[in-house]
Amino acid sequence: MKNLKLLLAGTVAALAFAGSAAYAAPGTDGDLKILFWQAVSTMNPYLSGGTKEVYASSMVIEPLARYDEKGGLVPTLVTEIPTVENGGVAKDLMSMTWKIKPGVKWSDGTPFTADDVIFTWKYCIAPDGGCAQAAQYEGVKSVEAPDPQTVKITFTEPKPYPYSAFVGAQSPVIQKKQFENCVGAKAPGCTSANFGPIGTGPFVVKEFKPNDVITLTANTNYRDTAKPAFASVTLKGGGDAASAARAVLETGEYDYAWNMQVEPEILAKMVAAGKGKLVTSFGTQVERINLNHYNADPSLGAKRSTKDAGPHPSLSDPAVRRALSLAIDRDIIVEAGYGAAGKATCNIVPAPAAVASTKNDSWCLKQDLVAANKLLDDAGWKKGPDGIRAKNGVKLSYLYATSTNSVRQATQELVKDMWSQIGVGAELRNASASVFFGGDPASPDTFQKFYADVEMYTNNFDGTDPEKYLAEWLCDKVPSPANGWQGQNIPRYCNPAYDKLVGELSKTAELDKRAALAKQLNDMLTEEGAHIPLVHRGSVSSHSLKLAGVKMNAWDSELWNVADWSRAK
Amino acid sequence: MFTYTLRRLLFAIPTLLIISFVIFALLDLAPNDPTGDLPLTIPPEVREQIRASLGLDQPFFFRYLYWLQQFFINEPLNILERMTGWQFGDGNRMRVLSWATRSPVVDLIVQRLPQTLWVVGLAYVFGVLIAVPIGVISAYKQYSIFDQIGTFVSMVGYSVPTFFTGVLLVVIFSSYLQWFPSVYDTNLVVTDFSSFVQQIKQMALPVAVLSLFNASQITRFVRASMLDNLHQDYVRTARAKGVKEKSVLLIHVLRNSLIPVVTVIALGVPTIFSGAIITEQIFRVNGLGQLLIIAVQGADIPLVQTLTFIFAVLIVLFNLIADVLYGILDPRIRYD
Repeated sequence: MKNLKLLLAGTVAALAFAGSAAYAAPGTDGDLKILFWQAVSTMNPYLSGGTKEVYASSMVIEPLARYDEKGGLVPTLVTEIPTVENGGVAKDLMSMTWKIKPGVKWSDGTPFTADDVIFTWKYCIAPDGGCAQAAQYEGVKSVEAPDPQTVKITFTEPKPYPYSAFVGAQSPVIQKKQFENCVGAKAPGCTSANFGPIGTGPFVVKEFKPNDVITLTANTNYRDTAKPAFASVTLKGGGDAASAARAVLETGEYDYAWNMQVEPEILAKMVAAGKGKLVTSFGTQVERINLNHYNADPSLGAKRSTKDAGPHPSLSDPAVRRALSLAIDRDIIVEAGYGAAGKATCNIVPAPAAVASTKNDSWCLKQDLVAANKLLDDAGWKKGPDGIRAKNGVKLSYLYATSTNSVRQATQELVKDMWSQIGVGAELRNASASVFFGGDPASPDTFQKFYADVEMYTNNFDGTDPEKYLAEWLCDKVPSPANGWQGQNIPRYCNPAYDKLVGELSKTAELDKRAALAKQLNDMLTEEGAHIPLVHRGSVSSHSLKLAGVKMNAWDSELWNVADWSRAK
Repeated sequence: MFTYTLRRLLFAIPTLLIISFVIFALLDLAPNDPTGDLPLTIPPEVREQIRASLGLDQPFFFRYLYWLQQFFINEPLNILERMTGWQFGDGNRMRVLSWATRSPVVDLIVQRLPQTLWVVGLAYVFGVLIAVPIGVISAYKQYSIFDQIGTFVSMVGYSVPTFFTGVLLVVIFSSYLQWFPSVYDTNLVVTDFSSFVQQIKQMALPVAVLSLFNASQITRFVRASMLDNLHQDYVRTARAKGVKEKSVLLIHVLRNSLIPVVTVIALGVPTIFSGAIITEQIFRVNGLGQLLIIAVQGADIPLVQTLTFIFAVLIVLFNLIADVLYGILDPRIRYD
């Protein structure tokens, strides 16, 4: 039955190609079947913020510019990327101007204008709307339209890196006509608009079944009349990563499956079936172990992990922090838990290449137990009868927390074993991801509270510019009861020299200098042991060999170029 | 009987109110958060705004009362409006909205019901149809080969979890033999013979997994209950009177044995509606079970609250039905 369908689709495609020798006609390649094992809940990324929603909606609604697979900016709805050189960005870095491509239409046939762009900004910043992408519009003072084809964004202060609002899959433009009555508190009530936004992208939502399946058809008003090659898309959700991989790699029921978080050896077996392949792309995700700079002793009660608790009795010793890093064999962790989806790293900013430092690779990338042991011996940490080092009654024994996830638990075991070889003990603990990352101020298990000595998780930054990310390690961003445990400086690292350098970065516009500063900041964090970077994590997806045109992208939506996808001949 | 039923129904109202409060309180105490699954690139102050827009900044009791109003007043009125076309007020009532999808919870449930009823319901029916004859024969020919095999299979079916049998069937029948799809297509509409075959094919594996599990459970009950009755005096009397063995077994013994079995079956019906969380996940049936588990993982409190409360209503209701059925089946039992 399925073969017959394929055969028919193939015949139709062949006929269509025979008819038009010079141009490919859109909609000739049948149905594209995509599998997201985490089902998509809504098509409005402003109301969800989850990666799955951002990716799914990227087939329908588009930003003004997006990132390509190398992290470079490409114009989508505009004629060019504004820069200081071409006059698009003002010399004082206080404003930028986008020129909209002529003739762009919404999928309902109405023209796409600067008004829609302004509306999108107003929609997201409206009070009570709970816009999940509000950070994309941070520092934007106003968005204006000198004429229907021009968008002028004014900033509250000079922005050396202005590409955030309307750039990337997180901040697509939505249609004013459709969402006009859905601003602020009224946003969640507009179910049909949130499930079927009108967009400029290659596909249009035909039917949306929340947390289940989305049916999309080709947009007849798409600006490139030869695209998309597929007539429709079925995006199915649910299940787990391993069975999603099986549906693409073994049974061949699906063309594309997102996010293959599966043990490397299981994936390798599935790929051997010869029906599909894995695609990997490395963005900015780094799995790291944060070292608590404050005392996290449970006997301190509510004071632990705050300034009042005082510095950590052993982790405040730079020798200990460095030894903990030296003892870890990152290659083994990658091999056991990540396979092709990971690379050993000593950087917290691992990419793009321009800002990725190599300064600390020489001492940090290789495991060196001898050096680590010597470091601890010299610092006066002596092994006790139980094999755990101690000094003045303080033991090198740590509570090691992370979120519940089979790869993380396996990594915990490995690290515990490596640390035991330098006389450091670890008690392992894990909490469900929705609790660990949930940020509930009443819960003792959140990563922000950090009621542990060390904790492990992954974080990254959007886009290619690390300025905002590096500012997370500022002294005033330390989470504490005073700020409701909100603050992104989770390791409680504080160094005035670092703060000063971040200030310098925010005032520097030249790209080379920015890159040099970013590297310097990154190196400072690694050298001073704010954390131990472990693995540079890539995104892995799988696609059928019958699918062509996939360009795996870690900088934007994985489906960023779905208009170019086609059935492999 | 009627006054008894009425009394029980009235008694159910405070019970359900207490249940709804307990569920709400438990969910509120649970330490997860609707913004927990969001990427860490979304800063804390934005998360705070998201929580506020979901109404999480309101006090607990206020949120509970609000849910009561939405569930017991707004939703029924809405259903009534849709069924009759009448308009009550301005029709602009706040419905129970799911946090993850921002769409009405009741619509989600209605969307999920068909696949759950088809797959889980059918598996229950099959389970019963298989279980009763096997149980009867097993009991009648106790310790025969048939009984031994039946006991063995039902023990296996009962003790091997569905996440094992499900994946096993997928590996054999989808990956290796490629007879059946491993993913359930909820968009499939049965219009002609080929789409009907398609529907049968995609239902085959999940229904098989669940039928085995259900049948194993019920067979044990049927067998035990039959054995109890087979040794009763009235059976000996019937045989002594010269009643045919077939009548003894199928009329005298079976009818009496079915009384406890019917209760067990009736009490099991609500579990059909709660879906089969694991089996639905494995085959991506995406019915009510999957809806519930996603909601629990994503801390979608209105959805979890509404779903679990509906299950509570069904359980209370089917308990009552079981009791009433008991009275009808066994004339010796009278409640009044």
